[in-house]
Amino acid sequence: MPSPAYHAPETVSQAVALLAGDPAAKPLAGGTDLIVQMRSGRNVPSAIVDLKRIAGMIGVRPHAGGFAVGAATPCTALKNDRALVAAWPGVVEAANLIGSVQVRNRATMAGNLCNASPAADSVPALIAAGATCLIAGPNGNREIAVADLPQGPGRTALAPGEFVVEIRLPARPVGGGDAYLRATPRTEMDIAVVGAGVALVIESSGSCTSARIALGAVAPTALLIEDAGAALVGTRLEDAAVARMAEAVRAASRPIADKRGSVEYRTHMAGVLAVRAVGVARERAGVDA
Amino acid sequence: MNAPQDKHAFRVVGTRPVRPDGVEKVTGKAIYGPDFVAPGMLHAAILRSPHPHARIQGIDTRKAAALPGVKAVVTGADFPSLQSVVVAAGESSSDIIHLSRNCMALEKALYEGHAVAAVAATTLQIAEEALGLIDVDYAVLPHVLDPEDAMRADAPLLHDDVFTKGAEPKPDTPSNVAMYVTLNRGDVGAALENAAVVVSGRYTCQPVHQGYIEPHVCVASWNADDQAQIWVSSQGAFSVRSLTASILTMSQADIRVTPLEIGGGFGGKTGVYLEPVAMLLSRKAGRPVRIAMSRSEVFRATGPAPGAIVDIKLGAAADGTLVGAEIDFKYNAGAYPGNSAHSGIVCSIGHYRVENARISGMEVLCNRPASKAYRAPGAPQVAFAVESALDEIALKLGIDPLDLRLKNAVKPGDPQPMGPAYGEIGYIECLEAAKAHPHWKAPLPAGHARGIGGGFWGNYGGPSTAVVSITEDGSALVTTGSPDIGGSRAAMAMMAAESLQLPYERVRVTIADTSSIGYSMVTGGSRTTFATGKAVVDAAVAVIGTLKERAARMWNVEAGQVEWRDGEAICLADGKTDQRLKIGQIAAKAAFSGGPISAEVAINPGGYLPGFGVHICDVEVDAETGQTFVRRYTAIQDVGRAIHPDYVEGQLQGGAAQGIGWALNEAYVYDAAGLLDNAGFLDYRMPVCSDLPMIDTVLVEKPNPAHPYGVKGVGETPIVPPLAAVGNAVSRAIGVRMHDLPLTPDQVYRAARRKG
Amino acid sequence: MSKLLVSTTVNGDSYDFACDPSESLLDALRMRLSLTGSKEGCGSGDCGACTVVLDGEIVCSCLVLAAEVDGRQIATIEGVAEGSQLHPIQQKFLELGALQCGFCTPGFIVAAKALLDHNPSPDETEVRYWLAGNLCRCTGYDKIVRAVMDAAAELRQERAPA
Repeated sequence: MPSPAYHAPETVSQAVALLAGDPAAKPLAGGTDLIVQMRSGRNVPSAIVDLKRIAGMIGVRPHAGGFAVGAATPCTALKNDRALVAAWPGVVEAANLIGSVQVRNRATMAGNLCNASPAADSVPALIAAGATCLIAGPNGNREIAVADLPQGPGRTALAPGEFVVEIRLPARPVGGGDAYLRATPRTEMDIAVVGAGVALVIESSGSCTSARIALGAVAPTALLIEDAGAALVGTRLEDAAVARMAEAVRAASRPIADKRGSVEYRTHMAGVLAVRAVGVARERAGVDA
Repeated sequence: MNAPQDKHAFRVVGTRPVRPDGVEKVTGKAIYGPDFVAPGMLHAAILRSPHPHARIQGIDTRKAAALPGVKAVVTGADFPSLQSVVVAAGESSSDIIHLSRNCMALEKALYEGHAVAAVAATTLQIAEEALGLIDVDYAVLPHVLDPEDAMRADAPLLHDDVFTKGAEPKPDTPSNVAMYVTLNRGDVGAALENAAVVVSGRYTCQPVHQGYIEPHVCVASWNADDQAQIWVSSQGAFSVRSLTASILTMSQADIRVTPLEIGGGFGGKTGVYLEPVAMLLSRKAGRPVRIAMSRSEVFRATGPAPGAIVDIKLGAAADGTLVGAEIDFKYNAGAYPGNSAHSGIVCSIGHYRVENARISGMEVLCNRPASKAYRAPGAPQVAFAVESALDEIALKLGIDPLDLRLKNAVKPGDPQPMGPAYGEIGYIECLEAAKAHPHWKAPLPAGHARGIGGGFWGNYGGPSTAVVSITEDGSALVTTGSPDIGGSRAAMAMMAAESLQLPYERVRVTIADTSSIGYSMVTGGSRTTFATGKAVVDAAVAVIGTLKERAARMWNVEAGQVEWRDGEAICLADGKTDQRLKIGQIAAKAAFSGGPISAEVAINPGGYLPGFGVHICDVEVDAETGQTFVRRYTAIQDVGRAIHPDYVEGQLQGGAAQGIGWALNEAYVYDAAGLLDNAGFLDYRMPVCSDLPMIDTVLVEKPNPAHPYGVKGVGETPIVPPLAAVGNAVSRAIGVRMHDLPLTPDQVYRAARRKG
Repeated sequence: MSKLLVSTTVNGDSYDFACDPSESLLDALRMRLSLTGSKEGCGSGDCGACTVVLDGEIVCSCLVLAAEVDGRQIATIEGVAEGSQLHPIQQKFLELGALQCGFCTPGFIVAAKALLDHNPSPDETEVRYWLAGNLCRCTGYDKIVRAVMDAAAELRQERAPA
């Protein structure tokens, strides 16, 4: 297999030109998916376009009251931004469940998102938080919801020549709290059998005014389960409401059986994790039961 | 951590000095298999069958051979024709033709990953590109992956020349059942009928890989004058020499095998996979050739421990006395025979007195990589069933599980399953140590459950050679042919230092190549500290004899008038009792007092004794998710005498961790097409650091009278008890008997749900 | 296939080498620079035997392209000791018998050193989770964790104000 070419452009437009000019070229951020796939033969790029030398691709900065995370920002670096950790702890935790410390010092949320594994850890948390991604391409920039990027296992909505430049998180709403939990056979190092990302808004009266429940590894892409959120909105998160939420989660889950889990187990765990993640998010929203 | 219980008058044995190869290993300087470079070496890659079962109708390598940079191509046709003969292969034995075919297929590919061709080139990239240019004409055949499928009359047949060994009458049709072994004593039917309680069940476990972190790699150089060198990390350089020589029909003296530092073996690196291939490539190319396996190749093409299906019926009297056992097991053994079912028979209930027993074992072939030894080969699978059945009996009779085992445990003088009476074994002492241990007495936190498992391994002696020589300045050099897989260099140095009465730092150990020392069997089988160690001690004792003779000559007294004490010669002759000679003084004059001072001992010592153990495991099971967390673990074993307690403790801890992985998460997963779906460390789930608690150990020391320092083999026993220790704990946690390993969260959740 | 020229710093020393674009940092260290202390156990980032420090953080060198480290700083196992002076982590590994075959040991030592550089007082759980990316098949991790905690204690004492 001939070795791909390697480029390290210094601007976004240079990167766009390289990617648009060669449909078999691939962007490189952390490399913890791309390089693994190159070694196994699953991905055979003609060229590698290293994004890490482009200004602004690494780092977290305030944006529109919320945050913009450069697409090449390693997961561990997210923990260093106190404001981000305070606003979206679930997102930061989700990203910091991927692989090992060594992997997280390189892996990125954008890479995790664009690799489009149904089990990607950062994606349910990002969807629950209402994150968007800024995409650069030959026809200019566009911003879409993170939820709309993955199209199926290994497939995204990126057009030829496009790549994600940054992931944007909104400001944390007052009374907001988020969480991400996943099920793995071991304590670390596993791909999620199921992942549940939850973001709640609970107003000072104790009433839940917003609930976004997103599940990973129960469908070809991570799912925002509208019915599950609706089961909580307007309630005080009583047990009955949470149970209805879990039922909606299970009903919406359509996992496959594979080497990581059976259909029955995944469906069951989707409900269990959603309930537990609601519990964590609710605590973070600062309201007692 | 409990230190050995007896205090001895040893200076060195029983202490914990830094191992002699330690500094090199913590600084990254040690040369392991993959680190070795031979000048001018080529890089080779292996083409492997994508089909689990296929006839190879033709291989066209012409385009590959023509690729610039390619220096040699080999296929199965390049291997010499062999006569069928069974040879020792590490810890087991196999037909040399099968071993050769496993290195490279000829008529058939018998598993996905089976090597069918190899290319050596100036770079690895060119070699891999050349593989893509090799055309193999496969006629795909139906495949079979599980033993009971493989035993059906209409099952695809792997070999038309394998007939079930041990079947009576001798079969004349070939079979996928390679071996059938039975043991019968007493009248088990009557015993079970009269038993107060009989438990029965089917227990299964999956093939699991040894999981050594260093993949297989070797460098071979075979010259036109027939002489060859192989550099390889192996548990036995002599095994590599003899198997390579047999497969390539060479004289053994023509091959020098240099053992490099080895990154784990556990039984899996006691044979050959790459060496004969590298040799043939090297012969053709006229240059050294390096072949390295990737992790994926290690999983697809090297031997796991076999899985097993075990059907058991165990009966006991009301007081817990075991009265009868019926055990039938089938190993899922992979593509070639060579896994003795004897150890499964012996280690099933050999640790208990059971008057009536009918045990049978089968080795069943399937289209998977051929099994290889993995610590106590064949024992854990069957012991899992027996120890689980014992737990059921304990629960049914309301007897403490340790007391149940104490009641039935074998003692010195009890008959062995196959062979003479047991010698100075220590199962009772281990069980008593467990009873007295704080872990056993600790109250169980809420939500935790406790299980125990017992077991043993027979251990071995084996042919071993050692040399002890004294340098001119009075230091000692120990040379053996036993690779160091876990600290044995330190043990050899310590035993030699103890025998010579020298400081540990004055004794250095070398592991020599096959041309530089006489034969030793593999480092495996829990034999090295016992047998090679005995050779070292015997050689040290012989050297002391020589030192005394030389001192006598220097003093001009009779040889019998010299004593060796505290590392010095003491003169006993009248009028000279104040005379002393240090070892350095004697050594300095050696050339003139008779010549260099050294001794070589080559032995095959008997008197090795089995090692018994019992493990205690506390788990917490989250019934909602099915996840099992191991919260506390204690491994107790009779080790005879711990020469270096750190490394003996390490064997217990490492074997326990492997057994925990086998019980909870490790298994091969095949897709619908019979292809391995988890050929990597991501989805072949070995325990990681955060999965385990500290593993406490108790080294029970009941010395072996047949070894100068009382050593019993320790390395393999530790993997036998954990499967049931974990299984019994989980079963007690959820109130459902778990029969099938691994106990994945999925499995445990479903079992817990069935119960509630 | 043209090669790339990489200039990098390893353990404080400057190196230049040519490599293929798809070559891993691990292969470049081992084959081009003869720094064979970092090992390949899996090639897919699952075992940590190839752990090195890149610009101050531990990474799996099998998942870094050699091309990416142009102008960067790398630290490997070969740079942990200072000359012949072993680092306390190395010393504790030896004293506590925290290695059996030793193949995973370089990766563990580099990873453990990074932990103690970040957090001088980790508890057992923190040690275990930090090291979850380093597989050991021989030891069951017990003595490794003890060695790291002992080394941490010793380093805290060394660094404590007199």
